[in-house]
Amino acid sequence: MRPFVYERPTSVSTAIAMASRPDAVHVPPTGADTQFIVGGTNLADYMKLGVARPERLLDLNTLAEPALRQIRIDDDKIRFGALVRMGEAADNNDVRRRCPVLADSLKFAASGQLRNMASLGGNVLQRTRCEYFREISWPCNKREPGSGCAAMEGSNRQHAVLGTSDACIATYHGDFAQALVALDATVDVEGPRGRRTLTFAKLHKRPGETPDIETDLAADELITAIEVPLAQWSSRSRYLKIRDRESYAFALASAAVALDMDGETVRSARIALGGVATVPWRAREAEDVLQGKVLDEATAQEAAEAAFADARPREHNAFKIPLGKRTLVRALLETRDMKG
Amino acid sequence: MNQAAPAPRENQGDPVVRIDARLKVTGQAGYPADIVTANVAYGALATSSIARGKVSELHTKDANAVPGVLDIVTYGDLDKTDMPKFGNTGASSIGPLHDKTVFHDGQIIALVVAETFEAAEEAAMLVRADYEDERPSASFDSKGVKMEPAAGKSPMFKEDAKAGDFDAAWADATVKIDEKYSTPTQHHNPIELFSTTAIWQGDQLTIHEPSQNVTGWKVELARQLKLDPANVRIVSPYIGGAFGSKGPMTARTAIVAVAARRIGRPVRCVVNRMQAFGTQTYRAETRHRIRMGAGKDGRITAFGHEAWEVTSRPDPYVVGGTSATARMYDYGSVLTHVSLVHADRNTPGYMRSPPETPYVYALENAMDEMAVALGMDPVEFRRINEPEKEPIGGKPFSSRSLIKCYDQASEAFGWSKRDPRVGSMRDGDWLVGMGCATAIYPTAAAPCAARVRLTADGEVRVQCGSHEIGTGVRTIAGQMAAERLGVGMDKISVEMGDSALPPAPVSGGSISTASVCSAVMKACDAIREKLFAAAAGKGAPLAGSANAKLDLKDEEVVTETGKSAKLADVFKAMQVGAIEEYAEFAPKGSSPEALRKLYAGQSEFHGGENDEDSVKYAFGAEFVEVRINSYTREIRVPRMVGAFAAGRIMNTRTARSQLIGGMIWGIGQALHEATEIDQRHARYVNRDLQDYLVPVNADIKQVDVILVPEIDHQVNPAGVKGLGELGNVGTAAAVASAVYHATGKRIRDLPIRIDDLIG
Repeated sequence: MRPFVYERPTSVSTAIAMASRPDAVHVPPTGADTQFIVGGTNLADYMKLGVARPERLLDLNTLAEPALRQIRIDDDKIRFGALVRMGEAADNNDVRRRCPVLADSLKFAASGQLRNMASLGGNVLQRTRCEYFREISWPCNKREPGSGCAAMEGSNRQHAVLGTSDACIATYHGDFAQALVALDATVDVEGPRGRRTLTFAKLHKRPGETPDIETDLAADELITAIEVPLAQWSSRSRYLKIRDRESYAFALASAAVALDMDGETVRSARIALGGVATVPWRAREAEDVLQGKVLDEATAQEAAEAAFADARPREHNAFKIPLGKRTLVRALLETRDMKG
Repeated sequence: MNQAAPAPRENQGDPVVRIDARLKVTGQAGYPADIVTANVAYGALATSSIARGKVSELHTKDANAVPGVLDIVTYGDLDKTDMPKFGNTGASSIGPLHDKTVFHDGQIIALVVAETFEAAEEAAMLVRADYEDERPSASFDSKGVKMEPAAGKSPMFKEDAKAGDFDAAWADATVKIDEKYSTPTQHHNPIELFSTTAIWQGDQLTIHEPSQNVTGWKVELARQLKLDPANVRIVSPYIGGAFGSKGPMTARTAIVAVAARRIGRPVRCVVNRMQAFGTQTYRAETRHRIRMGAGKDGRITAFGHEAWEVTSRPDPYVVGGTSATARMYDYGSVLTHVSLVHADRNTPGYMRSPPETPYVYALENAMDEMAVALGMDPVEFRRINEPEKEPIGGKPFSSRSLIKCYDQASEAFGWSKRDPRVGSMRDGDWLVGMGCATAIYPTAAAPCAARVRLTADGEVRVQCGSHEIGTGVRTIAGQMAAERLGVGMDKISVEMGDSALPPAPVSGGSISTASVCSAVMKACDAIREKLFAAAAGKGAPLAGSANAKLDLKDEEVVTETGKSAKLADVFKAMQVGAIEEYAEFAPKGSSPEALRKLYAGQSEFHGGENDEDSVKYAFGAEFVEVRINSYTREIRVPRMVGAFAAGRIMNTRTARSQLIGGMIWGIGQALHEATEIDQRHARYVNRDLQDYLVPVNADIKQVDVILVPEIDHQVNPAGVKGLGELGNVGTAAAVASAVYHATGKRIRDLPIRIDDLIG
């Protein structure tokens, strides 16, 4: 591992001042000399592997602001401080009761040990686990722009079928983010140029021509909170994660579903897909199919077809298209059968 | 009696608690990389990023500039040593630093030595190579591989088994199946990483490294380094998972030893998880074609098993599991052929039941397919084809309790409740399937020496250069001594895992319990003789008793008539404080050279199909239930039952532990494990535990083991058949059968994943 400077700022304003740089808006956080760390469950791995190469780490665990560590539940929203641990949010009974999809997406992620370390702010920014990205001797457009993509014609069973580009097919592996993008969550961000709130859907960027630019954040910006609006659909919500083994594995396909039902008819559906896309994936086409319809096997199937209409498989991941569809069908029917 | 400690049945020993259990669970057991040594420097490997070609130039300037770097061992630095050899103790003939040729992905190109682990790792990543690279051949279907018949290429596999006229029987068979099966590349990934710590004191070299063969390594390392073997010591008291991966010595050991000599300090190199994929051995992928013909009565008349195995360019590593599949049932006629396919890969090596796991997977799948084709119950089909004698040499089985295993396992499992119609069993949204398969493993033993000392206070020390790879062999050797010498386990200490101890064979092939216990028993019996002679001698406490009528119990010499003398008093009469005996055991049929070879680090195996009098195998029957979601097709295994018969069971606790471990691994082989190879570059892609999946706790529900009583006096003096490798043979085939039963899909290529069932 390369040597690095390790510092512990004590407030958000100091942290962003320490990370501040004039060209910050042009530098992706993952490419900056100074980077933030909390749980380190992703960044520390990638530093050991030589994939992440920060010169300086700012450890946010010493930030003093109490709100960063709080889960606040109001009638119309849940607000998570960015330093709340995944495990804490997953085990929070009120979060589970008010919005099961949030708790489940956290509970089915990683392992108990990792959930106790990883922060929610860090979790949504986790980087892809593409094998070719992780191993520095392979070409990778995300790690070294312009070097090529070894996964495109290589072993690509775990890679994405939605939101891919000719430069990158790496999957976004997170679970929590699927729930957030489905529920129209927002993210509070602070930087030297001020505060802003962006919709969660805007946080991650599709790879396009520049897969190295993964988020909308500037190098000196910090996520301080994640806010999830609560509405009619929140309590009837579910996260279904399909994987090769029962626990501690990334999704081959997952679906975050929240339904507002009028009897058997869908008033409004919120759907996101994981394990199959390059970014947290909101399936609006599927939502549109369901709106105003009776939810049954046939309409669920119709929605699933719409969700994957633009899917582009590679040699080893074509199974993700039928699997993704069936995952969504199952998730929709199971969510329908929940008590509203 | 709790589940972990099954009540002993006939010919089964007590479930004595492992003598190192507390040390292990409290972190006090000293694994080789834990050994504290002064002034140690740290090594890190740099490895190739191509699979075929030559290193044209190695750039070490940047690596050398890292603060704390002490040395970089690379091309030229091993010139005064001899090349590694492939064979009994050596993993491969590839000497990575003897020659700039690159034979495989991840081949060692340098060892960086530094003051700290971190500096060594950083510098190793800065070692860069320029290559003249050539297009590599990754596996079976790649251009440029070389195929040859396997028979005779390695002492491990002398000939293809044959019997009768297969072609005629195949032509005449009424019901036929002709199918292809395959198993993937698998890497061991033991939790304890691979490591070498080399310490020189003058000309004397001590290596701390997890090893399943300390005596063999001592001799082989001495040869490479041109040392007197008496000056080399290999120490490996505890091993955190071996499964064959720590059996053959790899090139790293000598490289680390050379580094330590160059810098005049101890050097420790712990290989990271990713680099282990290329620098250690693994289970290579296999392919099979099975032709089976049978009559309408269900009797098999023709069995053909052709197989292909991948190996490296230079080394003929072969497992040749047809020697077991050809002897499994009463076939009528048998035709087998094994081919080796040389590709640009590292040399494969032993992984738990190396031949049986892939080959029996193919056979047992075919058995299930044939049972379906015949419309017959798969258990009944096996019963009909149970042989009187093994079909190749016509020899009897020393014992064979396969049908008993099927009977006891099927009853416990509830097989009679299975509806044989495909897709007929369901629980809500879950399809239910049930399947079964046979497990087989050859029973072998090898020469072994042991030293046992008994003191007047009843303290017993057993010394044997075998290896505690987690099987419980230290406990069992202690149990044998406790039983023969009439003392409690609290009086027993057992030393193993050191080449300075009496030599033992490689801990492979499930031979350890038989070999070690036979040697310990022999040493104990010599002590008994001395004690009994003294106890019954003139003027002694039990004067006049016949030796043969004496026994040792509760630290006393006892007679049949109930007289007894305290051990301490017998020692007093003898005027000695301790009796120590050194014994050598050689299995029946051993060559005159067998014991000399033991000291030279070569293990001469006897048993299996090679003995004159009989063939020797342990058997088992495994039953599995799977559940498959009707929408998303994920496969789960809620329960499995295995019944196994393996001669005398020394300790029901450790035996059960071995067998459930094997069955659990079998689930991994069936559903999870596979090393992915980038076919363009012949490189391993999923080189860590994130992407190389093994079962986790949540995948394992109910696993029941039945230890079927069996008595076999022919196998060895201890009457023991090895069972360490029996449990994971058959599991994957049982899962595949169950998946077929649930879905109607016959998946012939492992692992069975959602990909195969979702279409």
